[in-house]
Amino acid sequence: MPRSSPSLDMTPMVDLAFLLVTFFMLTSKFRAQEPVVVDPPSSSSQILLPENVMLITIDTAGRVFFDLTGKDIRRNMLQNVATKYKVTFTEQQYQRFAVMGTFGMPVVELPAYINADEKKRTLIDKTATGIPIDSLNNQLSDWVQEGYNAAERDNMAKFPDGKAPKDKRVRYAIKADGMTNYTKVKKVIDIFRERQIFQFNLITNLKGAGPAKS
Amino acid sequence: MADVSTGDDGGGKKGKKRPKKGTTRIDMTPMVDLAFLLLTFFILATTLSKPKTMEIVYPKDVKDPDDKMKLNFLLANTIILGEKDNQVFYYPGKFKLDTTQLEHVDLSKDGLRKLLLDKNKNINEAVLKLEEQLKNHQLADSTFKRLRSKTKGDDNAPFFIVKTMNKTKYKTVIDVIDELNICNINKYAVVDIADAEKIALKREIKE
Repeated sequence: MPRSSPSLDMTPMVDLAFLLVTFFMLTSKFRAQEPVVVDPPSSSSQILLPENVMLITIDTAGRVFFDLTGKDIRRNMLQNVATKYKVTFTEQQYQRFAVMGTFGMPVVELPAYINADEKKRTLIDKTATGIPIDSLNNQLSDWVQEGYNAAERDNMAKFPDGKAPKDKRVRYAIKADGMTNYTKVKKVIDIFRERQIFQFNLITNLKGAGPAKS
Repeated sequence: MADVSTGDDGGGKKGKKRPKKGTTRIDMTPMVDLAFLLLTFFILATTLSKPKTMEIVYPKDVKDPDDKMKLNFLLANTIILGEKDNQVFYYPGKFKLDTTQLEHVDLSKDGLRKLLLDKNKNINEAVLKLEEQLKNHQLADSTFKRLRSKTKGDDNAPFFIVKTMNKTKYKTVIDVIDELNICNINKYAVVDIADAEKIALKREIKE
């Protein structure tokens, strides 16, 4: 019996592998670098983070960071906030902001942050003061409001009949470090409540806990 | 010589050497390696990047839970979270500075979980029954979800008020809410501690 060569036709396998690679490459979204490392507490909840989300990050020192998904929405939001605080942004800065990630500083300092490169940004992030949430200078409240407005306008443009599906509407997530004082988190939640927003997704790590048994 | 290569039999006789027609087969192993490496990377990267969350609804008005308490104190339960990690206290019903005794519970399985399961026994059993029915395919998924939320929102279900101090850690709050979720308790609210309760808490910690 002649020894058949051990090589086999790998073409279909390669086809499949590349198909999957392409699929995952296109569907996966890379997380933008996070300005602060936050270690959320663990829970047994299995709910995944929704798609369109306004994310508030709170670190151990109580600094507040803001993030919102969606290029057009971000741009729109920044325009409105800029007019309100009389800060001017260039067209290039708008474009860079649209693809940026989380940020945490007063609006005045934002242009410098947008202009900075990655290395400089990490430096700024270390000393950033977070978004002001005092009652006198409550910038977070404006970000929340304008972010919500921008998201709603975006939905109106996509669904002119005004019936955006539930999963397309913006949700509110809070990611806080386990060692943060709850008062800081509560302050942020109260700002949302003033804006008539009551439902939140609190980001947690998964821990292995079985279902309740009596 | 004697061995004849299968590729060009007869070619040698004419004297003209035609270039050997190479097979179109190339060694694809490195490419496959690379493809699967990328595949693995993307699969892992996508599933890991979606964090888990816990959904919570806050009451519309700060005074809301207190109003509810006026309705039925028999169903009211309060959990007070102190400033240190393991300072979790519990008392049932209405708070009275003189008579209310705070009960220290810990966040272990035999502590808070046992207490909550005990308080929520009826609801919990009903939910377990529904889960059993779902397992045996007696219930459709949508019906199960509807019935479960109906059971959890029952009028006679006990409700829990979680009270926090100024320096309570976020982790403790999440731990307690998680326990409430595990024990199928749907009615809860997180509010600030009252002054009278602060006094009772101080008394308890000193002891």
